[in-house]
Amino acid sequence: MIDYHLVPDFLTDDIASEPIRSGFGRGLVNAGKADDNVVALSADLTESTKMDDFAKSFPDRFIEIGIGEQNLVTVGAGMAAMGKIPFVSSYAAFSPGRNWEQIRTTICLNDRPVKIIGSHAGISVGADGATHQMLEDIALMRVLPNMVVIAPGDSLEAERATLAMAVDKRPNYMRLAREATPIITTTETPFEIGKAYVYWYGQDVSIISTGTMTYQALAAAAMLVREGISAEVVHVPTIKPLDNDTILQSVTKTGAVVTVEEGQINGGLGGAVAEFLSENYPLPLRRIGMNDRFGESGKPEELLPHFGLDADHISQAVHALLERKR
Amino acid sequence: MASLSLEELRLKADDIRQDVIRMLESAGSGHSAGSLGQADIYTALYFHVLNHDPQNPDWPERDILVQSNGHTCPVRYAAMAEAGYFPVQELTTLRKFGSRLQGHPERKKLPGLETTSGPLGSGLSQACGMALALKLNNEQHRRVYVTTGDGELDEGNNWEAIMLAAKYRLTNLTAIVDRNNIQIDGLTEDVMPLEDLKAKWEAFGWHVLEINGNSIGAVIDACDEAKSITERPTVILAYTIPGKGVDFMEYNFHWHGIAPNDEQALQALKELRTLRGKIVSEGE
Repeated sequence: MIDYHLVPDFLTDDIASEPIRSGFGRGLVNAGKADDNVVALSADLTESTKMDDFAKSFPDRFIEIGIGEQNLVTVGAGMAAMGKIPFVSSYAAFSPGRNWEQIRTTICLNDRPVKIIGSHAGISVGADGATHQMLEDIALMRVLPNMVVIAPGDSLEAERATLAMAVDKRPNYMRLAREATPIITTTETPFEIGKAYVYWYGQDVSIISTGTMTYQALAAAAMLVREGISAEVVHVPTIKPLDNDTILQSVTKTGAVVTVEEGQINGGLGGAVAEFLSENYPLPLRRIGMNDRFGESGKPEELLPHFGLDADHISQAVHALLERKR
Repeated sequence: MASLSLEELRLKADDIRQDVIRMLESAGSGHSAGSLGQADIYTALYFHVLNHDPQNPDWPERDILVQSNGHTCPVRYAAMAEAGYFPVQELTTLRKFGSRLQGHPERKKLPGLETTSGPLGSGLSQACGMALALKLNNEQHRRVYVTTGDGELDEGNNWEAIMLAAKYRLTNLTAIVDRNNIQIDGLTEDVMPLEDLKAKWEAFGWHVLEINGNSIGAVIDACDEAKSITERPTVILAYTIPGKGVDFMEYNFHWHGIAPNDEQALQALKELRTLRGKIVSEGE
């Protein structure tokens, strides 16, 4: 077993939590200190996408684009062409929601290392409602050749991911969440682009999760222990390239898979895992996430259970799946 | 690069037009009108305006030329070949399997291309990003040029970029609009009126020049003037004749997106050679 230096008792009620986007903000400042070529471009959402500290620290390297997401990514592509490392941020609903073709042509086909930050992804955005709850970003970005897709599980991982993106030569997309998410990793926890991590070891079923849902997956694994089921939780912060080896290693042991994400299962992490396993190791599989529908206004703690995105529902899905496995 | 006289530049533009006809005929598809119409602009750029080195396409001191209107890449490929970036014989591989000369320009296929383009409206904003980065790098002696079609100004991405260039005072950026008044569905003023185009760019904070885009001298002069403009980026509205040089293509929007067949190519080349004879005789 590998020790990933997680927070020792992360399933207590008083676990510290912080919005994942805050980790991005810290990481960006540190990336800016490490390399003068790091620049930040914002589309009128500087504070809420946590670019404000960078803007204060490096005013000359902060570009305010205004409300124009097509310009956001293409100006970024142009700056990357001249050796800059542009981080371009907005809400995920707008970028990559509105500017997909520009990302495809001027960043992916053109192969420029622009770092696209989509904040406020998932239904946990809450009150703003369906227009702002981006659920399709993983699918949109995952199908693009050359693109790397990252969804960190907590703020500390987002910080590490930001630093890793700054030195990665490929186009990158990172999705961030608005609400506070429990901090399960520590500064000692490893993060490498393209790697998945087994955060909880088990024998009966693999729960493969990404982003905000990894905490819920761990909570589900703890519940399942009490019910006599030994679940393994594989945290997948990089959805593309998918860490096929780690996933295969887990599922050949457990023989059943549940995927969990705060987004559309069609084309999302669930889609990616199903594609890979159906070709390489077919087995009982169930995808948890948004199933071809939009969200609605509400508090995150109302919306997540309503749409089946919490530990209870993950646990129920595992029970149902294990019926099939037998 | 040794500078050519205006007469020599005109002859070069005529060579480029003949290259364009041969390329398109050989490819069997592609965009004729805009490619011919911009031959004088691209001649001026590659043989006079740009600070560049065809033997060293990635020369770090080079000026940048972004072609937003990627569908007219035949004229750029022809100008690049004539300037020495690659052999002229390679031009007839245009649009063919395995060619570096993709149907729309692909940066990673051919050294000397600065961007991948074709989907319209995103060249100007990339050029803005480049000009902005050069300013940050204190490399303002390097200039960024971008050519756009006029029809592609329908795209909103352009107007986002036009605002940004004025905001950041990108004086190291020169945009050249191929104002030939045609697009696929017809005349620009019927499809989606652009006029008063000069007033629009001025209102957005740009220095605007209007020139005869089929006059190499006028293109050179306008690019020179742009260098002297402080505080504002410059746009050159270059009025061109679509299909310029080939009678049966001129002013005809049907030639926007098609290539000549064997017979038409022969006729076009005959006309262009006649034109060349005329220029030579006038120059004597």
